[in-house]
Amino acid sequence: MTTAPAPLPGIAPRTIGRTTLRWAGIMGLLAFLVAPMVPLFIWSISFRWFYPDILPSEYSARAWEQVISPTNNVIGATGQTTLIALLCTVLSVLLGVPAGRALGLHNFKGKRIVEVLILAPIIVPGLAVVLGIDTMFIRYGLSGNILGVTLVHLVPTLPYMTLVMSGVYANYDVDYELQARSLGAGRWATQRYVTLPAVFPGVVVGALFTFLISWSQYVLTLLIGDGQVETLPILLFNFARSEPAIAGALSVVFILPGILVLLLSSKYLSGDSAAVGGIGNI
Amino acid sequence: MNRFRLSERGAERLSISVLLAPAVAVIVLLFLGGLASGFLRSLNYFPLIGLNDFNFDAYFAIFTDNGFLQSLVLTFHIAFTSTLIASILAVASALLLRPAFRGKRIVHFFFSLNLTIPHLVGAIGVLYLFQNSGLVSRIMTGLDLIQRPADFPAMVFDPWAIGIIIQYVWKEIPFIGVIVLAILLSVGEDYESVARSLGANRWQAFRQVTLPLIMPGVVSASVIVFAFTFGAFEIPYLLGRTFPAALPVLAYQSYTDVDLAARPQAMAMAMVIAFISTLLIMAYMKLSRVYIRE
Repeated sequence: MTTAPAPLPGIAPRTIGRTTLRWAGIMGLLAFLVAPMVPLFIWSISFRWFYPDILPSEYSARAWEQVISPTNNVIGATGQTTLIALLCTVLSVLLGVPAGRALGLHNFKGKRIVEVLILAPIIVPGLAVVLGIDTMFIRYGLSGNILGVTLVHLVPTLPYMTLVMSGVYANYDVDYELQARSLGAGRWATQRYVTLPAVFPGVVVGALFTFLISWSQYVLTLLIGDGQVETLPILLFNFARSEPAIAGALSVVFILPGILVLLLSSKYLSGDSAAVGGIGNI
Repeated sequence: MNRFRLSERGAERLSISVLLAPAVAVIVLLFLGGLASGFLRSLNYFPLIGLNDFNFDAYFAIFTDNGFLQSLVLTFHIAFTSTLIASILAVASALLLRPAFRGKRIVHFFFSLNLTIPHLVGAIGVLYLFQNSGLVSRIMTGLDLIQRPADFPAMVFDPWAIGIIIQYVWKEIPFIGVIVLAILLSVGEDYESVARSLGANRWQAFRQVTLPLIMPGVVSASVIVFAFTFGAFEIPYLLGRTFPAALPVLAYQSYTDVDLAARPQAMAMAMVIAFISTLLIMAYMKLSRVYIRE
């Protein structure tokens, strides 16, 4: 931690003025960033909250009981969202780590085209692609089930994971592998004891954010799930207009994994890492 | 010797292909396949239901439709305004958060917190804040600024898409800000100090020294934000009007229309969105090639 240097006597008043101004700015900024979460949280514990009351006249745990009760299928939807996000993360890691290695470590003919192909799904909006995918998926029986939804979530997650790993491998020195090999380690042992420890933090951060990207998808699930696959965002949207208390409680549940991931990964996360570049998708 | 080198290079090329092939295959199949399938249907080609001829009827229909053109203008307005406001505020925030101060780590954590909060949650929060009987309206009533919900200015479901823009600005300030902050911290303050000691005032030092340094990051992040705000669905679906609706919402409405004849038009709108984002990808690639520090 850094501490502010003691101000010199001559310029002290001015320094204090600036510091106060800066803190006012910081507090204003944080207030704006937190503001939309405030009514969500209050709604989740309110029982009666009529206009023009600024705070509810009665509080209750009703919304949270509704969230736990089986009638609204919140627990089922949470399980389904988690399952899809886990499957999607496993597939993205299995396919994205090798592809990231190829892009990060090697120069080859056509690399530029592959890079554009990987970048494109991150920039092209999901809706533009999913209408066409829906037509294909209906034909092959992938509409309205978990498998189809998982596959369509790969459209944003796999390019993201590949991009993150390409950044990780670009900073990785392949000479360590050559040294291990020359000292007699086999291919497998080299990967296990040399490569894996070096790239592991990158894989974990990439996988955590991949999970979040899948976890928060709405329109892809809406169209490919076709009303049969009920995930948390689908439920949340349905309650948003009609049941603010339940929507508030669901929102709290819905943002928890993201906060956890941020706590776990903030050490590795800075703006110049590729991990940030792709999270416009969450 | 020469033959040995060739075979080594051949082996490397083979291993690159093996590493890349699965991921590339999946992206080609799903992403390009989805686009191609959408494109064919936008041309009225759908053999399953007996449509075997290509034509541009759907494109002609949408580009002569006043509703579509209004949607297009509205969508550009949303994307452009949100991106501009978010970039300016993000740069200001990054400058604010750059110097060392007590509690910096906690402040930075809260600043990056809503990177992981889904857009949908932010949109519902904005709805509960800014609808007629929302929290802001209640506070204004408490302060005797307004008497009833109807006095509160329309900020959601409004013609100017104010609520949508607030949501995007709220979500994208930290996204652009974290990227700018990383550049500021890695560059340090030395260049500015030199400019200041040579007689530049604060504004000149920012305009002539700091801004050119952070511009590449701001521009490439802004391209991503513009593309997202242009093509996102759930935020305008929740916070916007049904007419004119943002382009992605209009495409969705046409796609789910009971009249199957509207489907090629939905696909044509999806292609328009894809086309505009393709232009943005090209801009992004070009900018990153020009700007990226090797």
